Amino acid sequence: MASDGATPAGVGPEASPIARGGLPDWLVRTITALIPVVAALLAGAVVLLLMGRDPVAFYVNVLNRGLFSWLGLQETITRCAPLLLLGASLIVAFRAGLWNLGVDGQFLLAAVIAAALAPVLITVLPVWATLSATMVVAFAVGAVWSLIPALLKAYHGVNEIVTTLMMSFLGISFANVLIKIPFNDPETTVPQTLTLATTNRLPRLFDTTINFGIVIALVAILLVHWVMTRTAFGLRLQVVGANPRAAMHAGLSVPMLTVLTFGLSAGLAGLAGAVEILGVWGNVRADWDPAYGLTIIPLVFLARFNGPAVIGFTFFFAILSIGGESASRRADLPNYFILVLVALILVFMALTEWLGHRRGLARKA
Amino acid sequence: MDALLSAPFLTALIAGAVAAGIPLLLAGLGEQVSEKAGVLNIGIEGMMLMGAYLGFVGAWWTGSLWIGFLFGAAGGLMPAALMALFCVRLGLNQIVIGIALTLGADGITALLHHVQFSRTYPRLPRVDTVAIPGLSDIPVVGEALFNRHPIVYLAVIAVPVIAWVFRRSHVGLNLQAAGDKPAALDAAGVSVVSTRLWAVLFTGVMAGMGGAYMSTVGAGIFIPFMTGGAGFIAIVLAMLARGRPSWVLIGALIFGGSLSLTTALQVGGVNVPTDVVQMLPFAMVMLVLVIFGRRAALPAALGLPYVRGQR
Repeated sequence: MASDGATPAGVGPEASPIARGGLPDWLVRTITALIPVVAALLAGAVVLLLMGRDPVAFYVNVLNRGLFSWLGLQETITRCAPLLLLGASLIVAFRAGLWNLGVDGQFLLAAVIAAALAPVLITVLPVWATLSATMVVAFAVGAVWSLIPALLKAYHGVNEIVTTLMMSFLGISFANVLIKIPFNDPETTVPQTLTLATTNRLPRLFDTTINFGIVIALVAILLVHWVMTRTAFGLRLQVVGANPRAAMHAGLSVPMLTVLTFGLSAGLAGLAGAVEILGVWGNVRADWDPAYGLTIIPLVFLARFNGPAVIGFTFFFAILSIGGESASRRADLPNYFILVLVALILVFMALTEWLGHRRGLARKA
Repeated sequence: MDALLSAPFLTALIAGAVAAGIPLLLAGLGEQVSEKAGVLNIGIEGMMLMGAYLGFVGAWWTGSLWIGFLFGAAGGLMPAALMALFCVRLGLNQIVIGIALTLGADGITALLHHVQFSRTYPRLPRVDTVAIPGLSDIPVVGEALFNRHPIVYLAVIAVPVIAWVFRRSHVGLNLQAAGDKPAALDAAGVSVVSTRLWAVLFTGVMAGMGGAYMSTVGAGIFIPFMTGGAGFIAIVLAMLARGRPSWVLIGALIFGGSLSLTTALQVGGVNVPTDVVQMLPFAMVMLVLVIFGRRAALPAALGLPYVRGQR
């Protein structure tokens, strides 16, 4: 399956498509990135109107809950942790030109194994050792789950979009099998894993409900950004992403780098699962699947695979998702409205890109 | 083991393979056409879901399954039209738009279902089947294969028709050229854009009908996210079939069989946790890819927008 067709790197890290006037580059980029968001929010308002809901009230509720209430703000920041780690995971893969669309499976499987492992480890190890060991194991679980797609891509050239998606579905079902059979807590009626006591979870920051996970996530995404943009290793991955054949001729071992990229990317997704469990939930219930992965993909594209920009968009998205939960409930809508918004953002992003490209061409001509 | 060889188990397995395989067949045939023309249609999952929703609504309102299928085809056509506009006409990234369409369809169908039915899940009456005289009396397989809704027969007839179009017609040649060497097609005076455009729209119609089959004939009920990855399996089917519609049919029946194994096993008296069985089709896809992945062939220009004059 030759797949040198479309790679994500073709979309991403080049300079902003909107032709630069006298404005500084970062400002132009920010504006370019904000246009699709604003357009999507407006189009979303139309959808709300069509369903007979008040869009202004909806968005005000989102902001009130997700940003302007102290409790909501803490929840928003807590939610950012797994999302940022998933963002870091996608940055690695996308910059290296690989579509890792299986982060949801990697996330959930690692989360379940972390949830099963931590309550056992805590009986023999101190808290800090339990937490670190669990996170390392979760990283490894995620990485292992990406191994088959990685090897297939590296040595047989099998399109990774399909294989990672398949492994994701497989991972989600497998995680549920694990919860219901070997890891089931016999004391509860709903199938779920053993619960890690609140005192043994990731420590809270100061007097808030925000846990240490956000620090891990911020360090991870900034580190990933630095490695991918400022080190020789990152440059190699980007060369592989931009042109695998050129990379091969430059003497890089493309198959090995491919497997390594997948391992890193999936490992970070696994770490995201561990942070969510060790920081927030303490256990995993059967059929729990937040499916953060597919919704975070558009944000990573919007941010043009830029770490700091991903932080900004993730914070915005976390407000939307925390505030959206309560706003949807008040408007008597299912929470899926957020999915519609994300889809709209993607579409408008692609359109903005196209318009910018056209303007660029027109100026050249 | 006796239970596994009993007649009721086999009948249930074959019947289930057909019921679960038909949506895969329809969507897989559609995907094959657009892959052949050089468009990797990741949005097919969303097209199936829209088809499933609108097909159900159409059948629910009018009481006619045929109108349901028309609605379903229209449901698949709507995201396909967006895909054609964005990816073929404007040349935007096919994968980003594909994901957007799938997410959007997930969200919009769940929203609309909620607005209409709140938290209830109304059920359609059982569908009438058409028994083929003679063949449907064969023991074990007869009832399962030859006493179905007419759409099943139509879907199977579509296989040789599409094969003929690929092999013997101008349209087939144009499609292949659009995927393998779009510049050559352009030079021959045929528009690459409109060839791909029609291919994508055709995919939408087929995927929409596949989804409509799922919700109307198959389940008789619409549940949000009910396609559950069937669209992605259809993509794999189309990839592995290497341009041959008959392989899509065989693959659809095999994967359909593994999707329906839960019910068949229960009929046969074996109890296996649902989650284990749910893994089966995906595990099978992976297995097939591990074994045959190297040999799957895709058009050279798959996933790349065509811009005249660009290398």
